[in-house]
Amino acid sequence: MPKDSGIGASSKRREDVRFLTGKGRYTADINLRGQVYVAFARSTVAHGRINSIDTSAAAEMPGVLAVFTGEDFVEMGSNPAGWYITSRNGETMKEPKRPVLAHGKVRHVGDAYAAVVAETVAQAKDAVEAIEADIEELDAVLDMASAVADNSNRVHDEIDDNICFDWGWIEDNRAAVDAAFESAPHVTTLELINNRLSPNPMEPRASLADYNTGTEDYTLYTTSQNPHLHRLLISAFVMGIPEHKLTVIAPDVGGGFGSKIYHYGEEAVVLAAARKLGRPVKWVCDRSEAFVSDAHGRDHVTKIELATDKEGNFLAMRTETLANLGAYLSNFSTATPTFLHGTLMAGPYKTPLVYVNVKGVFTNTVPVDAYRGAGRPEATYQIERVIDKCARELGIDQIEIRRKNFISPDAFPYTTPVGLVYDTGNYGATLDKMIELGDTAGFESRRAESSAKGKLRGIGYSTWIEACGIAPSHLVGQLGARVGLYDAATVRVNATGNISVLTGAHSHGQGHETVFAQVVSDMLGIPEASIEIVHGDTSKIPFGMGSYGSRSLAVCGTAIVKATDKIIAKCKKIAAHQMEASESDIVFENGNFTVAGTDKSKSFGDIALSAYVPHNYPLDELEPGLEESAFYDPANFTYPAGAYACEVEVDPGTGKVDVVAFTAADDFGNVINPMIVEGQVHGGVVQGIGQALFEVVVHNDEGQNLTGSYMDYAMPRSNDVPLLVVDHSCQTPCTHNPLGVKGCGEAGAIGTPPAVVNAVIDALQAGGYDIAHIDMPLTPSKVWAAMAGAQQAAE
Amino acid sequence: MNLSGSRVIAADRQTVWAALNDPEVLKACIPGCQEMNGSVEEGYEAVVTQKVGPVKATFKGAVEFSDVVENEGYVISGEGKGGAAGFAKGGAKVNLSDAEGGTELAYDVEAKVGGKLAQLGSRIIDGFAKKMADQFFENFQAQVEGPPEPAEAAAEAGDTQAADAEPAKKKGWIRRLID
Repeated sequence: MPKDSGIGASSKRREDVRFLTGKGRYTADINLRGQVYVAFARSTVAHGRINSIDTSAAAEMPGVLAVFTGEDFVEMGSNPAGWYITSRNGETMKEPKRPVLAHGKVRHVGDAYAAVVAETVAQAKDAVEAIEADIEELDAVLDMASAVADNSNRVHDEIDDNICFDWGWIEDNRAAVDAAFESAPHVTTLELINNRLSPNPMEPRASLADYNTGTEDYTLYTTSQNPHLHRLLISAFVMGIPEHKLTVIAPDVGGGFGSKIYHYGEEAVVLAAARKLGRPVKWVCDRSEAFVSDAHGRDHVTKIELATDKEGNFLAMRTETLANLGAYLSNFSTATPTFLHGTLMAGPYKTPLVYVNVKGVFTNTVPVDAYRGAGRPEATYQIERVIDKCARELGIDQIEIRRKNFISPDAFPYTTPVGLVYDTGNYGATLDKMIELGDTAGFESRRAESSAKGKLRGIGYSTWIEACGIAPSHLVGQLGARVGLYDAATVRVNATGNISVLTGAHSHGQGHETVFAQVVSDMLGIPEASIEIVHGDTSKIPFGMGSYGSRSLAVCGTAIVKATDKIIAKCKKIAAHQMEASESDIVFENGNFTVAGTDKSKSFGDIALSAYVPHNYPLDELEPGLEESAFYDPANFTYPAGAYACEVEVDPGTGKVDVVAFTAADDFGNVINPMIVEGQVHGGVVQGIGQALFEVVVHNDEGQNLTGSYMDYAMPRSNDVPLLVVDHSCQTPCTHNPLGVKGCGEAGAIGTPPAVVNAVIDALQAGGYDIAHIDMPLTPSKVWAAMAGAQQAAE
Repeated sequence: MNLSGSRVIAADRQTVWAALNDPEVLKACIPGCQEMNGSVEEGYEAVVTQKVGPVKATFKGAVEFSDVVENEGYVISGEGKGGAAGFAKGGAKVNLSDAEGGTELAYDVEAKVGGKLAQLGSRIIDGFAKKMADQFFENFQAQVEGPPEPAEAAAEAGDTQAADAEPAKKKGWIRRLID
């Protein structure tokens, strides 16, 4: 019988009531008295030298209060990269300055070079039109291979080869990997592109800055996944506002997918303008602005090689990747293609030798950073695609080649050749579950049915793994992180017995308010409805690192458990005092503290009240009040894994691909709220289908974004998605956090793209088309062209 | 984006050439042109207001002429800046030659757009450019050839009453189809 509350229950998402009834309170909904508006002048060229910017006409426009250019921010610091990468030759990465507003040069279409503050949005936008900028257009650096080869054209004048870093992982293993390839009986090679994606959260970015001229405090309301990280970046790196004089509030946030982790220049501009004018300053990003200013995702060009014996046992793997970083280093842009990608290149397989080379390349495009999955989708796509190709070359069944190379369940903890230690897992179990739920045995008859309709049907698999619960600070510190990646929580029991839980994690759609309450409810035996989850306000919450990397429950959830444990321990002391018993005899069950073996009992509410009205209270040894905090730094990453099966139908006449069946069997460890987990997987799978079939940011040869609206940037829609069969019953609980949870937020986006592409290749090959690979997105025109090309070659 | 085409104008080459060099004619022919000053020798300064898909903007631009050969043709190139909307730039090679019934005007246009125009309008920019070119040369033809041919002109002149305006319009539309 399923539980109706607490851990394991599919409690309804309490936050959805306000989200779905239009009562959410987003940054754009907040209006302060006297607020004014900022609009940005953005570069219309991908690369240009700023000769002059004449703002005099704009300054005279009606309602204009101030005009800023890059010149006004030259004294400010650089928006930093949060992760320091060391190149193979021992040199540190190149970190060019990232100014608040472009200065000297504009480096991508959409790069803001001036800002106007006016009484109304319309006045600010009109005044932007009046700015006369003399920007001399330069050739744009776009194609990564030529950017690296030709040093005549540079994104940053001081970086001659446009390379940020040339990273080898693990460099010491390179010779052994190369040697294995020389003697390998079989080598499969694949060159592929992981397409550039635009993040498209439903709510665009927005910021509202308030400066209190009396106290000289700043408040920034902004769309952030991690308000403390925003405050730290603004205070310590960019603006120098003392941390204690800056409050960052991220109220309801409508999705992020990574794009709202980062600090952007617009936030510094609204703060500076609020300070200068003594009035609140607001900015709400247009959707068309978002396309050219939100950090993009993916954009890797990779050559991957897999060495095997004739039976398909993996012997070694090596890759060369060019990772597009865009024009500037976004905060985690250097970590995403390196430590969030290279360390995952073992997958769930026992490949003994792996070597990964990644060059981070500057181009005249929007900065690229973490996007749902961040590095792990890029790793998984390469691995699962090359395995698919290898199996076809060797004539081995797609499922069997995976199974025979899996790390066996008794091998944990398992040390991979790329620097991670997997604590637990059972990849065969999820694969079996996928086979069962996806009825792979019945595929051939479904293929025949499709064939009768004139469609080519294919099935594709992906057995993926990721590292979540980011991250053990000591480990990431060794790897170059400039921050710690713990999280924090405070459990505040109020005098009347209800509870406020203040969390460092930030919910922007994940359902924390429901899930965290379930955890605390279960531990304290009080109703979920009596527990409030408070997040997003640095003046209330402890210093946590926010939400990304499927970390919230594994890291912040553990901090909540530890703080709640402290509450229970303190309550036991109070209860022991009041019931004149030994603390060790107090048993806490179902919300009651009982002296073991007696009927003496006190409710949680009685104990809580006595902590605030401490008349009968051990004041000589215990402080009054009932509030506990915990900071938790994880011992290891968590390693969710799963097996996905995708079935597609390809229309041979048009090349159109329809996903007709999809099965996801995941191992997320223990599950707190099955409904929310399934919802997270649904969202991730749909984003994965989006990447595989529809989405890509396209630039022309001058760096103009040709996919800057929903007319041209194709998002997946409900009719593109079949019924998703989602299962999480295979559970190997995480061994190093008390909840045994692993994280599920990014899974679908990681495991799905290769499953879809493998299915399309399967359909085409079965239909007699000799096509080894098509780069994503598999649009009808690309698939049709590949089919026509294969037909021509055959004739 | 590339665009080329030609049309025969019922006038001799000198007349066509003179019109191609007359800023007033060009101003009247360029759809949305607000201002046009200058000369072939000095180049023109122009202000044009246009709406491309969802983007409406006033472009201020300079146009230069090169390879000018009297009565033969020239190359026109320029860039219009539309502020926050982005920019349009490009060139057109214009050639005149004798043809049956007048002068053949051949054009070869290369155009590029940037900023929001490229971002929002890429899907519609080709069609838009073709429409602009068609409109320009239609206007140009009308300017050079003078008022419509007698039969049509008579019909239009006779149709002073509003109710009778419709057939004239229809006739023009049918004529365009036949053409």
